[in-house]
Amino acid sequence: MRRLINDPYDVVEEMLEGFCKAHSKYVHLYENDGRVVVSNLAPVKGKVGIIIGGGSGHEPLFLGYVGENFADAAVIGNINTSPSPESCYNAVKAVDAGKGCLYLYGNYAGDVMNFDMGAEMAAEEGIRVETVRVTDDVCSSKNIEDRRGVAGDFFVFKVAGAKAAMGADLDEVKAAAEKANANTRSMGVALSSATHPATGKPIFEMEEGDMEIGMGIHGEPGVRRDKLQKADKVVEEIMSYIIPDLPFITGDEVAVLVNSLGSTPLMDLHICYRKVAMILEEKGIKIYRSFVGPYATTMDMIGMSITLMKLDDELKQLLDYPCSTPYFTIK
Amino acid sequence: MYDDFILDKDYFIKVVEDIINLIEEQRDYLTDLDSAIGDGDHGFNLSIGFREVKKNLKDWQDKDLTFIFKKVGMTLLSKVGGASGPLYGSFFIKFGEAAQTKNEVNFKEFYNMFKAGIEAIEFRGKAKVGEKTMLDALKPGLDAFKDAIENDLEPKQAFEKFVEAAKKGAESTIPLVAKKGRAMRLGERAIGHLDPGAASSVMILEAFLKNMT
Repeated sequence: MRRLINDPYDVVEEMLEGFCKAHSKYVHLYENDGRVVVSNLAPVKGKVGIIIGGGSGHEPLFLGYVGENFADAAVIGNINTSPSPESCYNAVKAVDAGKGCLYLYGNYAGDVMNFDMGAEMAAEEGIRVETVRVTDDVCSSKNIEDRRGVAGDFFVFKVAGAKAAMGADLDEVKAAAEKANANTRSMGVALSSATHPATGKPIFEMEEGDMEIGMGIHGEPGVRRDKLQKADKVVEEIMSYIIPDLPFITGDEVAVLVNSLGSTPLMDLHICYRKVAMILEEKGIKIYRSFVGPYATTMDMIGMSITLMKLDDELKQLLDYPCSTPYFTIK
Repeated sequence: MYDDFILDKDYFIKVVEDIINLIEEQRDYLTDLDSAIGDGDHGFNLSIGFREVKKNLKDWQDKDLTFIFKKVGMTLLSKVGGASGPLYGSFFIKFGEAAQTKNEVNFKEFYNMFKAGIEAIEFRGKAKVGEKTMLDALKPGLDAFKDAIENDLEPKQAFEKFVEAAKKGAESTIPLVAKKGRAMRLGERAIGHLDPGAASSVMILEAFLKNMT
């Protein structure tokens, strides 16, 4: 194992302790629950509470996007494992300003159960909590509502955070997040497994020199495994799934995210981005805004994913809306 | 016969202690099962929860069965997370509730505890038999347990039927893998692997059987 940790049973707590110390300008741990990262500004008067969350191991996803005009809190689970119902509920208590809260997370069975239980606990206290589950991973199922959420989380969370910051009510924020989700499609490729820091083992087996097209961010199997190919060819294949799925068509405007799964360098990401841009240009799809880097990772996994979100005027405005968090800022 | 077969608190505490030890011993085995078809952490996550149970069990054991199992369930809910946390958490909470704050239960009540617990798993997980989950072990197990009781089998024998059917049910998850949508994409990597949740369910049942006299 090539991971820098102490006791394997302490990895999440020690990461959170370090994170909140390093970014104390933005966030702190909720006093009654060490798994809830709360914005220093929360609860924000007159604003719907935006609560994101999921398992650890996808940093900067979740905790890195807590701050001004983005998420008010992130609920953090064990590695690759959803947080507990109590923590989901505690996040509501930490950020609710009387306008209700929106839960946003990737669509995984564990997350659905725990966040639903958290919402039930909030409902008993008379606090309204709505939910939008991100389902952007095109190859995870034919049925859109069964799909998993991957790097598209970032776009959906950003849109919801901005809409809430503009003072919209809970139904409007939810509608904006649902639109963002409906317009977002992602797919990735893995070149290696990730190392589970507690077991010290890879979370699944993968031979050096292989790649798996369409693999999920917890190592869920993709569409096929093959020998590693050149970047352009890999991007072409991924785009051949993403583009017809929505479909994205000539005249559309999109936001592009080329995301590292953890260990793929920016050099490779930009080589991939170059090909994404070429393909979109050929198809007459205009790129409005691009993001390249680690946004939703799987610890030390080598690989990358491509996400497109089709934009309209509202989504453009929400994507561009200023925000300030430890891992994402727009001025 | 079943009214006279009493399971006391000592029995349940021993079972919980055995589950704690089993999960610790089998942690890597469960995690390996999960690496093949899940995300490689089932055993580790359960061990986080049961280590916490171990830390606190002494403080709970003076109370009644409902209290003890509520605490076990709440601990799993808050420490394990994922799908296993709510599923096993709900199981133990409802399992304990069915003991109606008693310190010991007869065999019929014991059956009712399992029935309530497994129903809680069904409710929370919204899964059905054949979908490759822990219910593939627990549901047929419970049915066999019920049949055994209706046929007046000796208590321990009746519970053996439960465990046997659950084991068979868990094994039935192996060929299911290659048949369904998501599982089809797993290809050869999935063949020959039990569902990790079904496997851990059987371990827990075995702890109940082992301590039965």
